[in-house]
Amino acid sequence: MTSRQKRKLTEILFLLPTLIAFLMVIIIPFIFGIYYSFTDWQGTGAASKMVGFENYAAIFQDAGFLHSFLVTLLFTVLNIITVNVVAFVISLLVTSEIRGRNIYRAGFFVPNLIGGIVLGLVWQFIFSNILPSIGQSLGWAALSKSLLTNKDTVMGTMVTVNTWQYAGYIMLIYVASIQGISKSVLEAAEVDGATYWTRVTRIQIPLMANAFTISLFLTLTNSFKMYDVNVALTNGGPVSMFMNKPVQASELLALNIYQTAFKYNNMALGQAKAVIFFVVLTIFSIIQVSYNKSKEVEA
Amino acid sequence: MAKQAAAPIERMAGSHPHKGRQIALEILTFLLFLLFMMPFIIVIFNSMRTNADIINQPVGLPTSLGQFWTNVTEIWNNPTFNFLSALRDSVIITVISLAVISIFSSMAAWVLVRNKTRWSNIIFMCYVAAMVIPFQVVMFPLLTWFRTVGDFLHIPMLRSYQGIIFAYLGFGEAMSIFIFHGFIKGVPLELEEAADIDGCSRAGTFFRIVLPLLQPVFVTVLVLNGLWIWNDYLLPLLVLGASGNIRTIPLAVQGFNGAYVKQWHLIMTSTLLAMLPIIILYLFAQKYIIQGMVDGSIK
Repeated sequence: MTSRQKRKLTEILFLLPTLIAFLMVIIIPFIFGIYYSFTDWQGTGAASKMVGFENYAAIFQDAGFLHSFLVTLLFTVLNIITVNVVAFVISLLVTSEIRGRNIYRAGFFVPNLIGGIVLGLVWQFIFSNILPSIGQSLGWAALSKSLLTNKDTVMGTMVTVNTWQYAGYIMLIYVASIQGISKSVLEAAEVDGATYWTRVTRIQIPLMANAFTISLFLTLTNSFKMYDVNVALTNGGPVSMFMNKPVQASELLALNIYQTAFKYNNMALGQAKAVIFFVVLTIFSIIQVSYNKSKEVEA
Repeated sequence: MAKQAAAPIERMAGSHPHKGRQIALEILTFLLFLLFMMPFIIVIFNSMRTNADIINQPVGLPTSLGQFWTNVTEIWNNPTFNFLSALRDSVIITVISLAVISIFSSMAAWVLVRNKTRWSNIIFMCYVAAMVIPFQVVMFPLLTWFRTVGDFLHIPMLRSYQGIIFAYLGFGEAMSIFIFHGFIKGVPLELEEAADIDGCSRAGTFFRIVLPLLQPVFVTVLVLNGLWIWNDYLLPLLVLGASGNIRTIPLAVQGFNGAYVKQWHLIMTSTLLAMLPIIILYLFAQKYIIQGMVDGSIK
């Protein structure tokens, strides 16, 4: 073997492990997934027959899925707002001159270290025991019952938990961006008499456009794909009515897809839902990133 | 790195160092921080109480340290939770997956950067494009496919370490290759050329010359993948099963919660134990974890 051939062989061997895993774990299942969504697949390797767009047609009759879709949109929009507002405010606080800012910065990130299952359980306890107990002793009717069993408040609990978990992460991105802003620009503005508010809104925010693109993308995809907190906190409940049918008030899309396949044993329908989920998420991400990128150029 | 962050700006403000505003900011941050830490305080307090106490008076101080040991011993020895075995499985899966992902991804990224052919471009673009594929769209076919492959090769891919580690390689490598790729592009070629001339083999060049240079980006890849794999719930649920022989910590917590519904003193103690390993790690490696999270998101 010549040294040239040897070199080529090494390079191929270097690429092989990741290529094999990529094919076996992503590409082949992805292609099978698209195919299965047009069949009556039962989840086994056994042959299944083509049914055309039947699964997709069924999805648009499925009140549970349509409801999950709307609830997921609502959750995503609310979450993007609350996570980013809270994270931005905290990032301003921990980059100000306060004492112990490094400890705070590390501390606010801690919820992000813990998995959604564990956090969901902790908050389930807070919403079903701690808050009603506080509500009863204060005589607040709104708080006396668990917010998890009320279909009008349950999405608020999901947003609360996710904001608490995720804001510390997004805060780190904002902090890094704030630290990248040249001090002389802010000092010059201050000498010129710009108030704190003006400095934040007219200088910091426009200069942080790149951080907003990243943060909005991360919050968008994270919220849209939310699964584990959903399972541990509400598991989809309580029951609500939608299109005159009973649906699960807080069942996000990822949970709806899982339940379709395993609780209702309809793998092909679940797979078709997953394909729609993929298409919608991709479209949303592209729109968000290109919109934010255009803002970055303007700034 | 941010220790002096905002100092010069405040000094520029002139003769009045905004004493009142400063104190108000500090109090506000402290209260917000306390609010953020409340769920952890609740977990610790309620791990020190009996269930009767918690039901009677959800908001309350710890009963006694003795009760804490009673709860911890009960959880520690509980066969349903089986904390030690879950900890062992989580460590095995996370550590091996991280090793495999980081080594194989850096190898592939290096070849893709240094080998400027049309094929390496195409392969790299495939990895980038695959990052948008959500887990949900491949998860059902992946199960069927893994079962088929496992039967064919006589190597079980479901309910086995090798199966889940292989799956993590597949799901983690695209982003990791992308991160390594960006870094290696900035590494000068001269060193590698010198090694080449000295008769170092291609593999030797990578492992002896390039790999040590990648250290900072290894931190990013390890932290991003590590937090995700350690806390992941859905992939282990599908690949390992809820009642399989191998159970990660999130599976154990969820399984325990299902079996001991509303036994809050035990559930809280179980979440406390589940949180402990990662929080202890954070205490020691806080700088790296924060750095890795920030670098990984900004890329």
